[in-house]
Amino acid sequence: MKAAKKKRTKKAATKKVRKTAIQTANDHLRGWLQSLAASPRLRLVDLTQTLSPDFPPIVLPPEMGQCRPFRMEAISRYDESGPAWYWNNLSFGEHTGTHFDAPIHWISGRDLPNNSVDTLPLAHFIAPACVIDCSPQARADADFLLTIDHVQAWERRHGRIAAGSWLLMRTDWSKRSDPVAYQNLDETGQHTPGPDPDCVRFLVSERDVLGFGTETIGTDAGQAAHFKPPYPCHYYMHGAGKYGLQCLCNLDLLPPTGALVVAAPLKIREGSGGPLRVFALVPAPHRG
Amino acid sequence: MAKAPMHARRKNPILRTPLPTLPPHARSRVALGLTAAAARGALELQVCRDCRAVQYPPREVCRACLSSRLIWRPHNGEAELAAETVLHAAQDLYFRERLPWRIGIVRLDGDANMVVYVHDSVGSAPCRVRVEAALDRAGEAVLLAVPPDGNADLSADPKLREMTCDPRGRKILVTDGKTAVGQAVVRALATAGAEMIWAGEAEPWKKIAEAATLRDLPQVMMVPLDVTDSHSVHELAGEIGAKVDILVNTADCHRTLTIGAGGALNAAQLEMDINYFGLLRLAKEFAPFLKARAADGPASAVAWVNVLSIFALSNYPPHGTYSASKAAALSLSQALRADLYTAGVRLINLFPGPVDDDWDQLELPPKLSPGALAAALVVALQGSMEDVYPGEVAQDWLERHGDNAKALERELSEGSQ
Amino acid sequence: MAPSGYADVVLAAPVTVPYVRYSIRGAHWFLGRALAQLLAAAKIPKDRIDGLAVASFTLAPDTAVGLTQHLGLTLRWLENVPMGGASAVVSIRRAARAVQNGDAEIVACIGGDTNHTDSFRRNTATFSQFSQDAVYPYGSGGPNTSFALLTSYYMRSYGARREDFGKLCVAQRNNALKNPLALFKKPLTLDQYLNARSIADPLRLFDCVMPCAGAEGFLVMRESTARDLGMPCARLLAAIERHNAFPDDPVQFRGGWAMDRDELFAQAALKPGDIDFVEVYDDYPVINVLQFEDLGFCGKGEGPAFIRTNSFEVGGTFPCNTSGGQLSVGQAGAAGGHLGVVEAIRQLTGQALGARVAKARYGLVSGFGMINYDRGICSGAVVLAAD
Repeated sequence: MKAAKKKRTKKAATKKVRKTAIQTANDHLRGWLQSLAASPRLRLVDLTQTLSPDFPPIVLPPEMGQCRPFRMEAISRYDESGPAWYWNNLSFGEHTGTHFDAPIHWISGRDLPNNSVDTLPLAHFIAPACVIDCSPQARADADFLLTIDHVQAWERRHGRIAAGSWLLMRTDWSKRSDPVAYQNLDETGQHTPGPDPDCVRFLVSERDVLGFGTETIGTDAGQAAHFKPPYPCHYYMHGAGKYGLQCLCNLDLLPPTGALVVAAPLKIREGSGGPLRVFALVPAPHRG
Repeated sequence: MAKAPMHARRKNPILRTPLPTLPPHARSRVALGLTAAAARGALELQVCRDCRAVQYPPREVCRACLSSRLIWRPHNGEAELAAETVLHAAQDLYFRERLPWRIGIVRLDGDANMVVYVHDSVGSAPCRVRVEAALDRAGEAVLLAVPPDGNADLSADPKLREMTCDPRGRKILVTDGKTAVGQAVVRALATAGAEMIWAGEAEPWKKIAEAATLRDLPQVMMVPLDVTDSHSVHELAGEIGAKVDILVNTADCHRTLTIGAGGALNAAQLEMDINYFGLLRLAKEFAPFLKARAADGPASAVAWVNVLSIFALSNYPPHGTYSASKAAALSLSQALRADLYTAGVRLINLFPGPVDDDWDQLELPPKLSPGALAAALVVALQGSMEDVYPGEVAQDWLERHGDNAKALERELSEGSQ
Repeated sequence: MAPSGYADVVLAAPVTVPYVRYSIRGAHWFLGRALAQLLAAAKIPKDRIDGLAVASFTLAPDTAVGLTQHLGLTLRWLENVPMGGASAVVSIRRAARAVQNGDAEIVACIGGDTNHTDSFRRNTATFSQFSQDAVYPYGSGGPNTSFALLTSYYMRSYGARREDFGKLCVAQRNNALKNPLALFKKPLTLDQYLNARSIADPLRLFDCVMPCAGAEGFLVMRESTARDLGMPCARLLAAIERHNAFPDDPVQFRGGWAMDRDELFAQAALKPGDIDFVEVYDDYPVINVLQFEDLGFCGKGEGPAFIRTNSFEVGGTFPCNTSGGQLSVGQAGAAGGHLGVVEAIRQLTGQALGARVAKARYGLVSGFGMINYDRGICSGAVVLAAD
């Protein structure tokens, strides 16, 4: 009985949250554009890793389907294959490099309306970001997990996370330029920081975030296969029609609040995500 | 046992590197029957089915009874050295550069005469010898007279060493040193006296404990190499290409999917990207280097080795896409072989049956251990052959294929029903 | 059925197109000039020649057929003879039957070749299918390899020493010194022979002929034709040929002559002792020795003793290769065998260019050739008599 009620409440809440999120996003957008016009200084911060063959892709057991790493083959380079031009053919998976995850990417979001990159609301592609600095903790413990307590401690200092904001988990993991250190794999799997299941549920149902962003490969922690449920960030976020951003960098150059993130994935038919250019607009000068 | 390890002296950099020359390679079609067996390291001669006369030189009809039923049969090569000479003058550049050569006439026990190369360790005529087939630097079959007892070490004779791809004293690139086969190959080459081994490693974040111990071998250096990435292959070639004497391509992607399996296309694309396109990328970057250094002294560039699979010969449907990717690699390697042979660099293909590793887990024994595969690879380099079928299953499939390829196709399909 | 004799067949008009080491001209030039000299020697117009036998390695892509149009000949008898140094003897056997039976009246027999700087290498590389498949890949030594093996075997089997072969070479050089057409002009000492540059053990430089460009020719006709033309001539007494003799010998130590020499001397009604001089095929001195033995001048294996107890100069006990032979005159390709025939005709008709064999009544010319694989396949010999 209790369980059924919970379910109905959740369903109604979701519907209500969705509608509000789009309206909120548009309001925020208008507000931010106004402050942009008024602001004497504007900083642009590139949050994207360069797409190159050296960038490590996600690791899956060999018997599973594999996501392609980024590969580039020259078609011509001012040569006999094309005397006056240089261009390349590319191959990569949707989840290669700095990339966007759409709700259709996870089983929990597969039946939601407008859940693929070609059908997402355009207004979601510019949104405010809240940046939580977990870099000291991540340095000490590669398996660090962001909890509700951490979030609430942050809110006490910087204010409540507004609905429709990105929640970006800064860990400085992007500064690990050695791919081996970046992947941080051993015989027990991958060891990278991420949110714990309770925290994800909180961000989804209590804060109605737009999505979760990380500097690691995967919005979930490296050991998330063992969590309950497995991969909670993917499961709950996408199940609620929310998004993911991964392999971000330069989060250390963003203020805790105030940055506007532009993240517009390629319009791929029924796409589950894709590499993209993510950058932030910071209207007033902020240091750290 | 071979003599003391060859010391690779440092080259004088102001001297021009000689370009490769080749021994004469024209052969009639019937004579290529000798080459087909020599490619497998075997001596075969034509025998008349009607009167049993052994034929040499190869011909169209029996020299005794004119029958056209001549078949190629293995021969034990037991013979008598009847006459010998040492050449001090030659017409072709290849021989002019390598004089003197010891040549002889042997008479087979079976009544055919053969002009042969004579190994240094054979005594003066008349004496007993054993005739073996080898491949010369042009990839054509030639005959050698070696002592009748024991195994003659071709590399102990400085002229006949030219017919081998002796790893001793040479610098070798093993394209994937992390797999079980790759590790075994690296170790076997180190034991065989390689001066330096670069062991290629893709995806360095995937650590394999046993592979880490390769770093303990003083000759071994792990190098980044991902054969799916043209840039990676290009970078490594730029760094070490001009030093590689032997390239051993162990890079392999093996998935055990039938063509109808769900993930077959995705897996097949990866198999092709590594097994076929990987070979193409390596060829594009490394073949020119090998060819340029094919006459660069005793540690010259000398061979390209591919670890293929017996599945390349005839598709094994339970590993359908894998078989096809190895067949594609086989075809491509024939093109590469033709290219490399213009400079006298040999391309050796190994066709093992199921290997005792993860991907052949469900295959029933007999299976080939990575160590046995590596040993066969080293033997092929030390000897003079280019098509190697190591292990019982490989030998079995080869025989069935030669006997009736369509029957083998059916036999392999039955396995998947 | 015993072969019929060669009654009524004569050889005349011995001509030589002088040898040069290298020439930019084609073989057609040398063969054509030989034909011109034959016409001049016989004082006949070209259309009197109604038969032609040609031997040449460098005529390709032409054969004798191409030559007819090239030289403007209309013939009723034509032979292309690809038998190397045995071609002259074989040409004589063919032409003899033609003129005896009236198939032709005057047959020109010509051997000749050009020599470009790469001729030797090209010819050896494409000499025969067996050499391509089973000899040339083993050091590309050409015939030098094959004859080195043969010489080595002979020396080991019969105790011949290099000094024995050297004696033959020195004698031939002495004969050549009086021949204005010989390419070698300087005397050869035994010391020089023994210490010359190694080619293929045990052969050294002076065991090998010098390939060159040139041609040799003569006419075959019936005796009555020669009389009508007022031509000095030599009579053909006997002729033999044999191909691929003794195929089961492990290494060649005897040639086809051993099978047919009794027939040769029976046809000629002579014994070996009646022969006043021999022109043997001397591509390598060991082959001279095989011919001495196989033609019956001594027993098999007695060659070394025969050499040591004889002298081979024109004035010696066994005049051999009286103009110097190929070893001292030069080998103009397929003309190597014709050289001996032409010299024999000169000696027997009193037209020797150099030293003359005194009272030469009977001469034997021997031919050999075509190392198809590991042995010379073709052999033959003729006995000629002064008129």
